[in-house]
Amino acid sequence: MSAVQATGAELHNAAPAAGTPEAALAHKSLYYMLLMREVEDRIERKLYRQGKVLGGVYVGRGQEAIPVGSALVARAEDVLFPSHRDMAVFFVRGVSARRVLAQYMGRLGGLTRGRDGNMHMGDMSVGVCSIISALAATVPVAAGAALAMRYKGINGVAFSYFGDGSTSRGDWHEGVNFASVQKLPVVFICNNNQYAYSTPLNLQMACTNVADRGPAYNMPAEIVDGNDVLAVYQATQRAVDHARAGNGPYLLECKTFRMTGHSAHDPAHYVPKGLFEEWGKLDPIVRLQKHMVDGGLALESEIEEVRAAVVREVDDAVEWGEASPHPDPATLLDDVYETL
Amino acid sequence: MSTTYLEAIREGLWEEMERDPNVFCIGEDIGEYGGAFKVTAGFLERFGAKRVVDTPISEAAIVGASIGAGLMGLRPVAEMQFADFISCGFDQIVNFAAKCRYRWNAGVPIVIRSPSGGGIHGGPFHSQNPEMWFVRTPGLKVVCPATAYDAKGLIKSAIRDNDPVLFFEHKGLYRKIKEDLPTQEYTVPIGKAKVVREGRDLSIVTYGAMVWTALEAAEKMAGEGCSVEVVDLRTLMPLDRETVCESARKTSKVLLLHEDTRSGGMAGELAATISENVFEYLDGPIVRVTAPDTPVPFSAALEEAFLPNVEKVLEKARWLHRY
Repeated sequence: MSAVQATGAELHNAAPAAGTPEAALAHKSLYYMLLMREVEDRIERKLYRQGKVLGGVYVGRGQEAIPVGSALVARAEDVLFPSHRDMAVFFVRGVSARRVLAQYMGRLGGLTRGRDGNMHMGDMSVGVCSIISALAATVPVAAGAALAMRYKGINGVAFSYFGDGSTSRGDWHEGVNFASVQKLPVVFICNNNQYAYSTPLNLQMACTNVADRGPAYNMPAEIVDGNDVLAVYQATQRAVDHARAGNGPYLLECKTFRMTGHSAHDPAHYVPKGLFEEWGKLDPIVRLQKHMVDGGLALESEIEEVRAAVVREVDDAVEWGEASPHPDPATLLDDVYETL
Repeated sequence: MSTTYLEAIREGLWEEMERDPNVFCIGEDIGEYGGAFKVTAGFLERFGAKRVVDTPISEAAIVGASIGAGLMGLRPVAEMQFADFISCGFDQIVNFAAKCRYRWNAGVPIVIRSPSGGGIHGGPFHSQNPEMWFVRTPGLKVVCPATAYDAKGLIKSAIRDNDPVLFFEHKGLYRKIKEDLPTQEYTVPIGKAKVVREGRDLSIVTYGAMVWTALEAAEKMAGEGCSVEVVDLRTLMPLDRETVCESARKTSKVLLLHEDTRSGGMAGELAATISENVFEYLDGPIVRVTAPDTPVPFSAALEEAFLPNVEKVLEKARWLHRY
């Protein structure tokens, strides 16, 4: 394979240079984190400002380790419910960057064919359910999917993603309680990025950790370094093993930091400046790269090759998205119902 | 043997669970207790806890879990203990279930059964008719049967439908009405109104328990020389505008009747539909008989004043007939 022509996806699909499972996992993790970072950077810092992406743009910069480390644990039969800062879940499940770019541009090639924007997308054929804007609404829905898997004798697990702010909502507590009472196979994955829009944790909850909410539901809860993709992977494995074995739900609190405002229009003046600097040093991509090079899992040159390939892949995806047609206004009334 | 409205719903639900292993019930107190109104009495014994899921008091979780199960190919039938509590699951219904197909092509084949309606001295939180909250949410179907026959046929169609269906059961009818049902299996299509009494001089368009009020009024009007047609909408969304307009065209005088409160009620939508489509056939103003814009009061004296009844319908019908 020629490195000049290869996209990130092609490189990722090729065997990694170092052949151990540890190296393979690190390479995969790096690829998906870089892809998410590049796609979101392109959307937020370029396409949005050019007016090519309209509406709200919410990114997960600095949080990429959480969707990547967790979704890589999922099996084909599992069903995932990503939050709006978990874009990489789509890539791990096989959705292309092209379709995600088209989605953000409101084009026909997007997962919702222009019917909805940004991370409001899903595809049950790859086991990914769409969020709605009301946070935590997917929590009871994930419990229902887990109920259905048990009902049908599928040994699957529902991955329910949300942020710290979501744990204040009634839907969250109703869904978690129901899952616990029914001992459903759900792994609850919190990205605690310490801000819900402008609201800091101390105005969000009276407990110190989201994990503190676990015991009230008789549910194991674990605090994870959310900026360490391999730690997230290992913790998710423990949680999934627990759930898949029929022991009920499991809560993972991945501590991280939102390295942006709430959305592309929010400069986040309310965040003390030092925090961005402090957390910037813990960037999950930088940390993984260092781990790979120091541990002999990859050469610097290999990492650079993946980076360049991801840029090419996103260049192609942007082009594909822009070439995708706008939906035909004549289809406005379609698909409200299957049949009238 | 005559079957009550309540038994008809139970039979329909039972038959669908026998027919399709993907159909299951979920709600509060529906298992051993058999539901607040006993619609699911005996279901736990027959179908087991896997298919008769008792839940915590969590309407958002009941609807949300139904959506999740529906997305996975099951056909959940959720029970709201009273229609009044459906507001606790509102977001799941109007923002999640209703919009999935349009947004991302994901069908949500769920049924939400809700005992609604007044006249049982239930007060402000056990008597409401919340159907219009959902009629004006595109993506939801809303069904309000008035007869045992329709209740059974429509619950079966609702369960087989691939979109979310809100099934409002009038609890005042549960044990009040009964009729002989066919021994053969049947369904009633969603989205089709029915002319339940033919007439020439005046149409009453209504649904739910008010169908019986309309029929009683029609009988009295017949004795006064006025031939009244009664249209039972049966389904509020999709709305069978054709049958309504056809009746209006035929009689040229229309009285719209519902137990729900006045402003933003179904009568307003029907009046606009008739006006847009068959205005030139009308020989009088479109008249409404509805509950007033108040909460449902508890006291018998107040509730009687609140609810439409035969006398209130007759007063307006006579006026319109003379017009």
